[in-house]
Amino acid sequence: MNRFIYLDNNATTQMAAEVESIMRDNESLYGNASSMHAMGRNAGAGVDWARQMCAQLIDADKEEVYFTSGASESNNTVFNIARELIDSGSKRTRIVTSAIEHPSIIETVKYLRSKGYRIDEAEVDSTGMVRLDSIRKLMGDDVLLVSIMTGNNETGTIQPVAEISRLAHECGALMHTDATQAIGKIPVSVKQLGADYLSMSAHKFYGPKGVGVLYVRKSAPVFPFVHGGHQEKGYRAGTYNNLAIVGMGEAARLAAQDVQKEHDYLWSLRERLRKGIVENIPDVIINGNQEHCLPGTLNVSFPSAEGESILLYLDLEGIEVSTGSACATGSLEPSYVLLASGLDVELAHGSIRFSLGRYNTQEDVDYVIEKLPPIIARVRSMSTRKV
Amino acid sequence: MQNNSFMAQWVYTDTVKDHFMNPRNLWKEGEDFQPDGVGEVGSLACGDQMRVGIKVRDGKISDLRWLTYGCASAIASTSMMSELAVGMSLEEAYHLTPQMITSALGGLPEHKFHCSVLGDKALRAAIDDYLEKNGLPNPYKTKVAKIICECKGVTDVQIEELVKEGKALTFEDLSRLTGCSTACGKCRNRIIEALEDFKHIYGKD
Repeated sequence: MNRFIYLDNNATTQMAAEVESIMRDNESLYGNASSMHAMGRNAGAGVDWARQMCAQLIDADKEEVYFTSGASESNNTVFNIARELIDSGSKRTRIVTSAIEHPSIIETVKYLRSKGYRIDEAEVDSTGMVRLDSIRKLMGDDVLLVSIMTGNNETGTIQPVAEISRLAHECGALMHTDATQAIGKIPVSVKQLGADYLSMSAHKFYGPKGVGVLYVRKSAPVFPFVHGGHQEKGYRAGTYNNLAIVGMGEAARLAAQDVQKEHDYLWSLRERLRKGIVENIPDVIINGNQEHCLPGTLNVSFPSAEGESILLYLDLEGIEVSTGSACATGSLEPSYVLLASGLDVELAHGSIRFSLGRYNTQEDVDYVIEKLPPIIARVRSMSTRKV
Repeated sequence: MQNNSFMAQWVYTDTVKDHFMNPRNLWKEGEDFQPDGVGEVGSLACGDQMRVGIKVRDGKISDLRWLTYGCASAIASTSMMSELAVGMSLEEAYHLTPQMITSALGGLPEHKFHCSVLGDKALRAAIDDYLEKNGLPNPYKTKVAKIICECKGVTDVQIEELVKEGKALTFEDLSRLTGCSTACGKCRNRIIEALEDFKHIYGKD
């Protein structure tokens, strides 16, 4: 394979050189961060530093940062907290979320519904943005929790979280946002967003996999979510994964420091790619909101061409992307995010997500613009429905 | 990158990859191919659709062209079907099964089997079309189970059995037991029609 171009940074990112280096430099930091001796204290200092870095990244206090295994755990935990509150007799018994959340929320919602909990989904508009009027209609004094992601992983559409928080708080509800895709790409401040809970994962911003954060505002309720130890003030037991946490700390430090630079660079690459596609391929549809958009995400539908085929022809050219086609997921239904935005089923099957990262270059983008048009032409020439 | 100790195989077998990269008997744009029969199955909504055109000489498939909207395994399986079918008698071709296509491809992942191997059905539809156009009797049609729900590969024979045994008496029963009509939902009316027919035949209504 001559070239290898990774354009699937919303799935996961390569670790930053700085992150790899801090993890290598601290290989001997194997002590149990809860132990009293020097080895333990040193590990504890590393964990503490990382907590400070993560807190700074999201404009929080370090007492509000809980380490988890990643955003899926953080998201599950927030819904478990809501469940706990409802089970303990809260007068508020309803949760409001949307149909475009990450599967760790979508599936949790299905599960809770099957147990009889009441959960409503706000509508999204054709750009994949949650509609404020829909949120407004769903508010009421029985709402316990509102959970809306900061930016969508498939379309890149940035959600009006600050406005939604205001509406949630007006009726006394708690606000959660899954900021996994937004961290490091746009400024994320729990204060500006008005979030009571926030989820993030280190591997989406050049940190290691298997580690993340649940932010819980000091005033917001929290219950032990992993029992069995005094770690994380007794809420989340388990010996600290020192190296991963320190790696996340470094990734958080870099993300806070570079966010504007990163934003501008990713957007320039994304726009170069978008223009190249629109100018060189007939009949394409750009999905998502083009104004309120995560800078590295470009979601495109190619009518009459099926996504898995496009993905695999690109893979054979060394270009790595993802698709909303059902065929790539093993299910029969294409991207629920695109369908919720009202996209035609065929267009969802024919969607490709390019997600750029800091290690992509203009040359990478130009290579895609060179390789993609003949692939689309080829897939379309084989198709039963020709454009 | 790619300097790992772990190197995975490609998504599909080498044969699938070969047919995906070099599809055989593709119906090229502007090609002068006058089919004696044409069949089309699947739908764009389901993510897989196939059109097959056949030429028939002396009761045999003498030539075949196809088009496919679908994933890599859909393209490869239609391509493989075309290679298997050319030279077959109409009867042999009518009884070409998804299993024959899949094993010629060296296997497909389980979840790809039902949704992407539609070539045999498109071929049968083309043979039906050829016989009908030429006013010829169709001795094969009645003997073969017909797919009603294309997404989940549910046949009329399956529905018949479930109704006959009294296991399914409503659309919901069928959907729960076979998964029919749970994907694109387009077959709903045809499922209900078949259900009502069999309920009548087996006195379950």
